[in-house]
Amino acid sequence: MTKFTKLMGATALSVVGATAAFADGHGCAAEGRLSIIGNEFPAIQSVAAKALECSGIEGESNLTADHQSLNVPGMTGDPAEYTTAIVANSSIVALMNEDVIQPLDALVAEYGADIPDHMKISVNGEIMAIAFMANAQHLVYREDILEQAGLDVPTSYEEVLAAAEAIRSQGILDNPLGGAYAAGWNLAQEFNNMYLGHGGEFFEPGTAKVAINNEQGVATLEMMKALSEYMNPDFLTHDSNATSAEWEAGNVALMNMWGSRTGVLMDDEGSAEEVYSNTKVSGPLMVGDSGVPATTLWWDGWTVAKNISDEDAAATFQAMAHGVSSGLLNDETMGQAVWLIDGFEPQEVNEGVLATVAAGAKPYPMVPFQGLLHTALGNELSDFMQGNESAEQALADVEAAYTAAAIEAGFVTE
Amino acid sequence: MKHGTFLTFVAPSLLAMILLIVFPVVSVIIQSFHAQHEQVIEMVESCGPFGCSETATINQEATEALREAEPLGRFVGFDNYVNRGHLAFAELGEAWRSSDTWGEWWTKVMNLPFYSAIVFTLTFTFIVTPLTIALGFAIAVAVNASVQKIRGPLIFISLLPFIINPIVGSLVLFWMVDARGILGQLIQWIAADPDLSVKASTPMMWIMLMVYGIWHSAPFAFVVFYAGLQTINQDTNEAAMIDGANRWQRVRYVTIPHIMPLVTFVALIQLMDNFRVFEPLISFSAEAHAQSLSTYILSDLTGETVLYNSAAATSMLTVICVGILLFPVLVRTWRDFKRA
Repeated sequence: MTKFTKLMGATALSVVGATAAFADGHGCAAEGRLSIIGNEFPAIQSVAAKALECSGIEGESNLTADHQSLNVPGMTGDPAEYTTAIVANSSIVALMNEDVIQPLDALVAEYGADIPDHMKISVNGEIMAIAFMANAQHLVYREDILEQAGLDVPTSYEEVLAAAEAIRSQGILDNPLGGAYAAGWNLAQEFNNMYLGHGGEFFEPGTAKVAINNEQGVATLEMMKALSEYMNPDFLTHDSNATSAEWEAGNVALMNMWGSRTGVLMDDEGSAEEVYSNTKVSGPLMVGDSGVPATTLWWDGWTVAKNISDEDAAATFQAMAHGVSSGLLNDETMGQAVWLIDGFEPQEVNEGVLATVAAGAKPYPMVPFQGLLHTALGNELSDFMQGNESAEQALADVEAAYTAAAIEAGFVTE
Repeated sequence: MKHGTFLTFVAPSLLAMILLIVFPVVSVIIQSFHAQHEQVIEMVESCGPFGCSETATINQEATEALREAEPLGRFVGFDNYVNRGHLAFAELGEAWRSSDTWGEWWTKVMNLPFYSAIVFTLTFTFIVTPLTIALGFAIAVAVNASVQKIRGPLIFISLLPFIINPIVGSLVLFWMVDARGILGQLIQWIAADPDLSVKASTPMMWIMLMVYGIWHSAPFAFVVFYAGLQTINQDTNEAAMIDGANRWQRVRYVTIPHIMPLVTFVALIQLMDNFRVFEPLISFSAEAHAQSLSTYILSDLTGETVLYNSAAATSMLTVICVGILLFPVLVRTWRDFKRA
């Protein structure tokens, strides 16, 4: 009865090979192999396409939403299947933990004179990645609905709650709030945002001992619960995609959403004119009185595999550096992301992320054991969100689940 | 047959079985008794586009030395099996001591991820398996009694749910029961509650998963039983008719005894299959309401930090559970075999 089922859908695999050589390379030429693994969204597709232009390289790219489960196994072998992985500040940790990426200092010195310092990600003085774009979650709102309800654009979650109540009581929308609250990664991320917004710290300083069962943790969960009362009752199944779909269907007036996804919400595809033309972005939401925005900053960047020949490493570095050079930016690519590349001119859709950076939001922690806490949060918080247990119990469960995993992974000793 | 000839015949498949079944299982057993090395953590300065900060990182050189010395990791005996993520003996004991009523104790047990996964998995298995057999049998009898002309198309239609990829089939149902889908609206109308949502309620989600399970595997039972029905001795059937047996009595006393061995076979396959329930939980985004042992293993393998040892322990516990579950059926098959 075993049926072979490919789980998560098709993998976009494109092999360009030596055919790239017919182009003149636009000022990029190198000898060697380039094999890219990365997530699949427009900005990354543009970078990969640009890198594959490089003449003389033997290039291919595998851009898929499953990149995280493929990159470590694909870079562990010697020689590694993938010569570069496009990662974010959360996922680079897995590559560093497994020691499959190499420091880039020598390559930067030889080929990377043009790379500005703010694109270099360094750990303990060694450059481990080159970041090319920034991302963050921030407020997205419907201008027409706020006007109709006579409301200002909210700047804090307390104001969002008040606005939601006003919109509902005036009968404009039944469930005016949206949010990627799907049990698992998304729900955990919303917890992280709100917990940082309350001024919380995830771990006891200098250790891997979790410390979230505290006042800020309880306040975080209570705020999330209060917000969920104004969401579609199916909110625990809504990931970023489903939340975006709800938005495009015109069912939602306010939500905290990824900057990288706002372009899709504001274009004229997939929604009525009334919805997309009134979709506006604003800065991050605050919560409580900590002064820290309730969101996290992210970067996306590329790395170079450790287990490859020096020739391939040099070719990969040159091609990827070309992929994130100023030549990448044109009318089409400019609005795809908040590029960290010189020559970037912010577009309207980028305002939310830029405002988030300016507001002093914290970056998502680049800590070896953060991923374990993220998984524990994703698994244990849904009981609370359904009203089956108290906030204290949910947080105690998260701590227990994290601790069991951290002991196994060797981060915590009993 | 000579032993030598026998060996030559079975050697290729024996080799394949050792390579593809025995070795991986042994590897999983070994991994389940190990945990990762203690990671050597140090605080370093890390910088990026958002400024610099003091962060923890793993000291690769120190960790590398530990890895070289013991590539499998630390041997921890049964620690992985008894920690909170699995059999959770310490937590069970604590729950027992601190609970005044059975209800309170049960709530605490269901709060442990392994037990809540196993309760869902067992409920699913024991509800879906008999209903699949019953529905499959009913369809087989109905198709068998239909006019010859339409039998072909009928068989094809009855097989459809089984042919459709499980992910696609469950996604179709998932969208139909959405609060704005056709079935979701129907349920709201029947219950006269416009806010009712299947995806937001744990009992409704469980029912939907089981309905999907039955819908998906009934055709398998049907096709096996339908084949069995073709071999029924018509003399017995006609004799029963002459004796005045009505339709129900013929099914009860002629058909069912005849296909009983097939029922055992279908039950065996379905018990194994249903115990590994996986795809519908993924398609239905059911994480918040139901975990099965398989999705529990998946969640260990898909985090940013992969927990192979924990996944190995859960896998071994799953194998043991399947063994216990199938034991009665296997004993029965063994007896039948010896009798024959």
